[in-house]
Amino acid sequence: MTLFVEGVGVLGPGLAGWRSSRAILAGEAPFHPAPFEVPRVDLLPPVERRRTGLPVKLAIWAGQDALAGTDIDSGTLSTVFTSSGGDGDVIHEICSTLACPEREVSPTRFHNSVHNAPAGYWGIATRSSAPSTSLCGHDWSFAAGLLEAAGQIAAGQARVLLIAYDAPYPEPLNSVRTIGAPFACALLLAGSRSAGTLARLALRRGQQGPPTRICDAGLEALRSANPAARALPLLALLAADAAGRVDLEDSCGAVIALESRP
Amino acid sequence: MQPLVISHYTIVNCLGPGKAATLAALESGRSGLQPCAFEDARLDTCVGQMADAALRPLPDALAEYECRNHRIADLALLQDGFEEAVRAAARRYGAARIGVFLGTSTSGILHTEAAYRRREAETGALPAGFRYATTHNTYALARFVLDRLGLSGPSLVVSTACSSSAKVFGTAARMIEAGFCDAAVVGGADSLCLTTLYGFGSLGLLARGPCRPFDAQRDGISIGEGAAFALLEKPGSHAARACMLLGVGESSDAYHMSAPHPEGAGARLAMARALDSAGLAPGDLDYINLHGTGTKANDISEEQAVYALFGPRTPASSTKGWTGHTLGASGIEEAIIGLLALEHGLIPGSAHTRQLDPAVRLDYAIENRSARIDTVMSNSFGFGGSNCTLILGRPRR
Repeated sequence: MTLFVEGVGVLGPGLAGWRSSRAILAGEAPFHPAPFEVPRVDLLPPVERRRTGLPVKLAIWAGQDALAGTDIDSGTLSTVFTSSGGDGDVIHEICSTLACPEREVSPTRFHNSVHNAPAGYWGIATRSSAPSTSLCGHDWSFAAGLLEAAGQIAAGQARVLLIAYDAPYPEPLNSVRTIGAPFACALLLAGSRSAGTLARLALRRGQQGPPTRICDAGLEALRSANPAARALPLLALLAADAAGRVDLEDSCGAVIALESRP
Repeated sequence: MQPLVISHYTIVNCLGPGKAATLAALESGRSGLQPCAFEDARLDTCVGQMADAALRPLPDALAEYECRNHRIADLALLQDGFEEAVRAAARRYGAARIGVFLGTSTSGILHTEAAYRRREAETGALPAGFRYATTHNTYALARFVLDRLGLSGPSLVVSTACSSSAKVFGTAARMIEAGFCDAAVVGGADSLCLTTLYGFGSLGLLARGPCRPFDAQRDGISIGEGAAFALLEKPGSHAARACMLLGVGESSDAYHMSAPHPEGAGARLAMARALDSAGLAPGDLDYINLHGTGTKANDISEEQAVYALFGPRTPASSTKGWTGHTLGASGIEEAIIGLLALEHGLIPGSAHTRQLDPAVRLDYAIENRSARIDTVMSNSFGFGGSNCTLILGRPRR
């Protein structure tokens, strides 16, 4: 299965957008995981900027970053959102409320508790009626999202925007599900080569094997803790404009092998 | 799209375990909705709760997955010869060549709700032995089913609220098309929990009595629970007479997080895309299983979308008055009710609907009807404006 990368977005501690992060990811500049600052998400109206949590902001910001500099109309673009599970802050608030005698769940919090909240806000903001799906794959979410995006392209979709995002959970959930630092990335994928092609990816699911790690210790710590950051070795290849192979793991231990060529 | 054979399927819900229980309840006019007595919820509403006695503990080897959601899923896998059929398919294709694509909305959150009531007073820590990854995490359902059926193909969980387990049919078709697998287990499971009961309550969307889809006096939803699974394969000789997945249509409302588009624009687009994907015209459909949740806004929005495409002639009904709204499981629950309708020539009526909303221009079936059915459509629309329509039918000549 062959895919073409037309855009990349990235957001995490010390990684504030693809353009400014390329040298770091390519190993040409040092990675300084500065404390993460929630960026302003211009796509969301002010009311929604206040109401939505970190996962929504991470996902939408990274998606916009991948489209920056392209002339793709986000209003007609199919999207695949993928993350480990739900919004930890919202789940914590709801479960805490339900443990109190009054059980007064906030309606806004409840509708934000759906796993597809980022996709819903993205659709509203971009006025897109294009198909959109929201996936979860625990530690293997990025690989799951790639397969779904590849499947959409195999089924005839010209372009798909894949957005992977994960934010840490508050205590006490953090102790049972540790995500590390917030991270999101996005890939604008296409089924055929175009003037905007950055790289060609050959993707297949094969035999068991270990996943590809990343040399920099700081980035490797991010990669191994945050499921969306499992994309980092691929982003490093794309940043360096280099040919190479990246192996991602899925929950059955199978390898999703990606061979990248500029 | 390339049609896929639905070679086996199974369903459980408040009507009982297995296809026969759902069919018998529909035929005999027995709704599964009862006044809510779930846990200690104090809510004036009805639910479609499964009998606790039917939800057996998981086998020891799968104890790490123990939670209500997986007990419901397990019960479904054990009905209708489904587990045996999948194991036979795994011998044909190889365990790594069968994908597992499932939908859930709240997964095992009930397990976390209970743990939050037993947090340690001083530190706030969750009780020792609490398992997150294999119960509450949204992907836990797929891990459980992979382990339960001995499969190792590609897997994921779709969680797009009430369209989740309809959208997995589309994912399966695409994964097979891309060559990542040769067959797929699709399905969904959702279980009653306080999050959805009090959450829908906070939005004022719970019906006081049993839900009454498309009734002039409808006042909201009744939450149900259940699980259903289907085995999808490429067309071949071994299941030539089975029903098929003919088309899938997906769209986004781009309107509001919890309210449908007033004219059902997104719903209409999903139905039009499903027809296009199946290569069918509106007149080719014999029955539409509506999303029909029973809220004021949802039903009238869907009515406008369906009427705009189909006009007044295609028989349609919502079956949520029988099963309740099984949320993330409702997509496949109702796809399977559509298959039962097709196989048994039954257009199911609409339990608890007494007087049709005069604004409804559809041929809405309040009572059961007998009819030859070759092609059915099933609608699923979720929060966040996530819409999915499936078209199922006999193999076309």
